[in-house]
Amino acid sequence: MENLIALLIAAPLLGAVVLLCGGRRLDKTGHWLGTLLAAVSFGIGVVLFADMLGRGADDRTLTQNLYTWIPVEGFQADMAFQLDQLSMTFVLLISGVGTLIHVYSIGYMEHDERRRRFFGYLNLFVAAMLLLVLADNYLLLYFGWEGVGLASYLLIGFWQHKPSAATAAKKAFLVNRVGDMGLSIAIMLMFTTFGTFAFGPVFGAVGEASEGKLTAIGLMLLLAACGKSAQVPLQSWLGDAMEGPTPVSALIHAATMVTAGVYLIVRSAAVFNGAPDAQLVVTVVGAVTLLFGAIVGCAKDDIKKALAGSTMSQIGYMILAAGLGPIGYVFAIMHLVTHGFFKAGLFLGAGSVMHGMNDEVDMRKYGGLRKYMPVTFVTFGLGYLAIIGFPGLSGFFSKDMIIEAAFAKGGTEGWILGGVTLLGAGITAFYMTRVMLLTFFGEKRWQPTASDSGSAAGSGHEPHPHESPKSMTVPMVILAFGSVFAGAFFEIGERFLKWLEPVTGYSHGNPPVSAMTVTAATMVMLLVGVGIAWAMYGKRPVPVVAPRGSFLTRAARRDLYQDDFNHVVLVRGGEHLTRSLVYVDHSLVDGVVNGTAASVGGLSGRLRKLQNGYARSYAVSMFGGTAILIAATLLMRAV
Amino acid sequence: MNPVNYLYLAALLFTIGATGVLIRKNAIVLFMCVELMLNACNLAFVAFSRMHGNLDGQIIAFFTMVVAAAEVVVGLAIIVSLFRTRHSASVDDASLMKL
Repeated sequence: MENLIALLIAAPLLGAVVLLCGGRRLDKTGHWLGTLLAAVSFGIGVVLFADMLGRGADDRTLTQNLYTWIPVEGFQADMAFQLDQLSMTFVLLISGVGTLIHVYSIGYMEHDERRRRFFGYLNLFVAAMLLLVLADNYLLLYFGWEGVGLASYLLIGFWQHKPSAATAAKKAFLVNRVGDMGLSIAIMLMFTTFGTFAFGPVFGAVGEASEGKLTAIGLMLLLAACGKSAQVPLQSWLGDAMEGPTPVSALIHAATMVTAGVYLIVRSAAVFNGAPDAQLVVTVVGAVTLLFGAIVGCAKDDIKKALAGSTMSQIGYMILAAGLGPIGYVFAIMHLVTHGFFKAGLFLGAGSVMHGMNDEVDMRKYGGLRKYMPVTFVTFGLGYLAIIGFPGLSGFFSKDMIIEAAFAKGGTEGWILGGVTLLGAGITAFYMTRVMLLTFFGEKRWQPTASDSGSAAGSGHEPHPHESPKSMTVPMVILAFGSVFAGAFFEIGERFLKWLEPVTGYSHGNPPVSAMTVTAATMVMLLVGVGIAWAMYGKRPVPVVAPRGSFLTRAARRDLYQDDFNHVVLVRGGEHLTRSLVYVDHSLVDGVVNGTAASVGGLSGRLRKLQNGYARSYAVSMFGGTAILIAATLLMRAV
Repeated sequence: MNPVNYLYLAALLFTIGATGVLIRKNAIVLFMCVELMLNACNLAFVAFSRMHGNLDGQIIAFFTMVVAAAEVVVGLAIIVSLFRTRHSASVDDASLMKL
């Protein structure tokens, strides 16, 4: 059975190689090949899953060692895979949602002449992401980590003829690089501390390392997670990443890649369990991002950017849960999976709306679309109910668990974190209701103006909203099913908890308030959020041009000045630093070098005059020199 | 006769030669002055040989004569070819090899 693990990765990798090297003769069939190979990967995943279920809870981990990747004495890196319950969850999510999004892309990218290449990149992403979650050591994980970064860069900048897309891709790549730096430092620290970076030996030796070392490793891992999962302070790239095609936003920037940071922290549970300070920082980062993303999501008029803010916020929930330790690991992953369903579904719905509206992304120019796109409306609506935590849907269970776990942390911390998660739930309800109302309800507000999004379709005529083709709606329906039932399925009989507990561990904590109270409070927050949104956007007509808004709205529209902050502190600061370094280089370093050269040159220019070409003047110096030598010799003798 | 007088003569001849080398322009004269200096040295060698009563100085004088003969052959050839190309035997005119 374990020999199948490599095939999980090999299938999409083969697709990427064939599609990217195959040339134009694959233009007609390439997308089918890409989709098929993603589906093959999912099929193998299901087979392995069934096999895993057939074995006892302690006997479920499979390993496969392909070959020794870096065979250096004292530095052994294996091309080895480890498939346990945690990896399995990710494998099914990545290949399953990935396959659905491949199917969706067939319809979405139908008119794009570079569709073959798009599928090649998607396959490359799936392969790299599977490598990331299947690796059995940190170095191989790093390989996959960089691979998804590359795929993300290529796909954000897929429409590279748009300067905004090219810039966004570059920004995502650069910001991610800061995080990757953290991961590489963490690996080096592990190597110097434990002498290895394979999962098993590192986690086994955690007890021998000092807490300071573990905290350092944990913080570096957190930096890596911040970069990949768009957490404060490395969050600025995610909003711009929405320049990519919508299926990319759904797969990479909502369901899978951005959750890699959560995977990293949960996978390194042993390290974090030994470093309470690092855990505290993790929860703080999660809590800050949770509110940050939610506030940004409230003000955006671009439907994809509003969803991006929401993604940031939901991943904040997961990071916060992961920082809680054994109380929260399972729920972080559970929310990750349900979020994978409903957020991918929401993004696909947004893509479907854009598909019908000439690629218009401004929600103020939508309105009343429920009549024109019934399937999109229903699936998006179910995703909406799931994310705000409507009772019975998947988001309700997973988010509720995180809020309870936050309270169960205990002490003042627990109250603060619990309060933040509750507040976040209210804001989530507000901004998602706003998206829903602006898009599907109210009067139609679209106009016969050319869309300024630079698309070829915006040729100046009035958009005719229409339902998307089957290849797009079917994946949306399947994801909507997941959004509705996944939470309940996981929660009945605590299936998900029992499934993951052997890997991540679990402790119940001691919640200061009962689960019922938390649920009731969440419901109140939900109703308040929905109510405010209804009062602001449902009862009153929505202006097509955004009003100026309050200070907070304006700040949130500009992503709470994150780019301005980065610009002033990092870009300007960097410029000043480089300028002063250049000045020092010019004045000091060059001064010394040029000064030496100039003085040697001047001296030799003077000495050159002695070489006048007159043989007799040379003779004079010879005679003079000899005379001096003789005089000196005689003098020495006399003394 | 006191052999020291020969030494005085040798010093005088050497000085005349050296002065000639420094102040004359004509390459032939300059060359003769060099020969004068060499022979002043030979005279000094022979005089010392006589004073100290051993033959080393006289043998060295023969060596010097052989080297001087070889030098004359090469030196005169250079001066002649220099004169052929530049129509002048002045050493100050041959000052091309400078920066």
